[in-house]
Amino acid sequence: MLNIITVYGVMLLVALGRTLLLALLGLFFACIIGLIFGMMGVVKNRASNIISQIFVDAIRGVPMIVLAFFVYFGVPYLFNTIIGGFSVNLTALQAGTICLALNCGAYMAEIIRAGIQSVDIGQMEAARSLGLTYGMSMRKVVLPQAIRTMIPTFINQFIITLKDTSILSVIGFPELVNTAKNVQANTFMSFQTWAIVGIMYLIVITILSRSAKVLERRLSVDR
Amino acid sequence: MIDKSEVKVSVKNLKKHYGDLQVLKDISTDIYKGEVVTVIGPSGSGKSTFLRCLNRLETVTSGTVVVDGTDITDKHNNINKVRENIGMVFQHFNLFNNLNIIDNLTLAPVQLKKCSKAEATERAKKMLSKVGLSDKAESYPSQLSGGQKQRVAIARALCMEPDIMLFDEPTSALDPEMVGEVLQVMKDLAADGMTMIIVTHEMGFAREVADRVIFMDGGYIIEEGTPQEVLLNPKEARTIDFLNKVL
Repeated sequence: MLNIITVYGVMLLVALGRTLLLALLGLFFACIIGLIFGMMGVVKNRASNIISQIFVDAIRGVPMIVLAFFVYFGVPYLFNTIIGGFSVNLTALQAGTICLALNCGAYMAEIIRAGIQSVDIGQMEAARSLGLTYGMSMRKVVLPQAIRTMIPTFINQFIITLKDTSILSVIGFPELVNTAKNVQANTFMSFQTWAIVGIMYLIVITILSRSAKVLERRLSVDR
Repeated sequence: MIDKSEVKVSVKNLKKHYGDLQVLKDISTDIYKGEVVTVIGPSGSGKSTFLRCLNRLETVTSGTVVVDGTDITDKHNNINKVRENIGMVFQHFNLFNNLNIIDNLTLAPVQLKKCSKAEATERAKKMLSKVGLSDKAESYPSQLSGGQKQRVAIARALCMEPDIMLFDEPTSALDPEMVGEVLQVMKDLAADGMTMIIVTHEMGFAREVADRVIFMDGGYIIEEGTPQEVLLNPKEARTIDFLNKVL
């Protein structure tokens, strides 16, 4: 075990850094996708409600590993070979970010839609009755209240997304799991390698969820 | 107080359906400047829906609603501009829970650029003192009692300086001992000459303050007239039946 830490420790830490980078990039775009499709799910427009629902159902209905293969191998093949004339090549980081953004974005859309719909309709009506537009009412009254109820679910989703980055080891992005596979292959010390990797995830996620609890408590202080 | 030369709200052949359910069947009435109208009737008679059609919180199926010369059933007219002029008070107060009381009052005037933040704050403070809640400016809605919330809700509507005020059962969700304080604010408002349309179950209030009482049942206006006419000498069988049950 000591051997692995002294020889491969830095390598694993760098890989953990890549895991965090991938998770952050994915989450950033997932927030944008989630907000767009979440809002499309609540506005009074049947077409946009349906589009939002189809997106969410499609992404939720496909395992992330399939999505990863599809984005990394399938999409470039579609453009380069089936359609032809294009030269599309995604790096593993780009493909991984897209996968996480789509996957987590779909869940975020549902969280945002449910959060907005959990705010009493009377809040929107009162704002509109004063002459405020739909957008103003949303921004100033409904969203601030919705976000407070969404925070615990958001954090839960962040943690899931962070763990989901490990799935992207299959497309060769050298994040923690992918790197650990190499360490195991070099050392044959399976037990020690995976124990260390498990502990690394555990530490990061525990720090994240603990600080989330603190944040949640601060925000929910009754005003 | 009533200025018969100026119609503030004119409703003609108003109908409202939810799918197959006809909530408002054929409503026509004019409301004059400075008039205080109370709408009474059994639950499910369409009184709240009628009120909510007057600022288009409910879309109208057919007929016209003209407010201050603007037909609000016409989609080309800017409903937000019209709403700036019609205050509304809800049964469940609907104060903005994420904002403190002063921000509840200044949000709309500032957002809609009716005045500067400083002017809005000044006016908000004046309105709060009018409803007797100057000391609650920095509180949050969750810290107020029901009666206080409803008085804040009235002050919030007044901050937009509306010509017309709509009240949708403003005292129905209040504990009995808090009804009086809210009715008092409404009486003061009526005495100031505000045009008011009030859906209520407070018959005593209707009798005391209203210029006209409208009795609705089954989506129709069954009877309307002065409080003396409608509440004390009702002519229609359904009005008599209703009043026997509630008085």
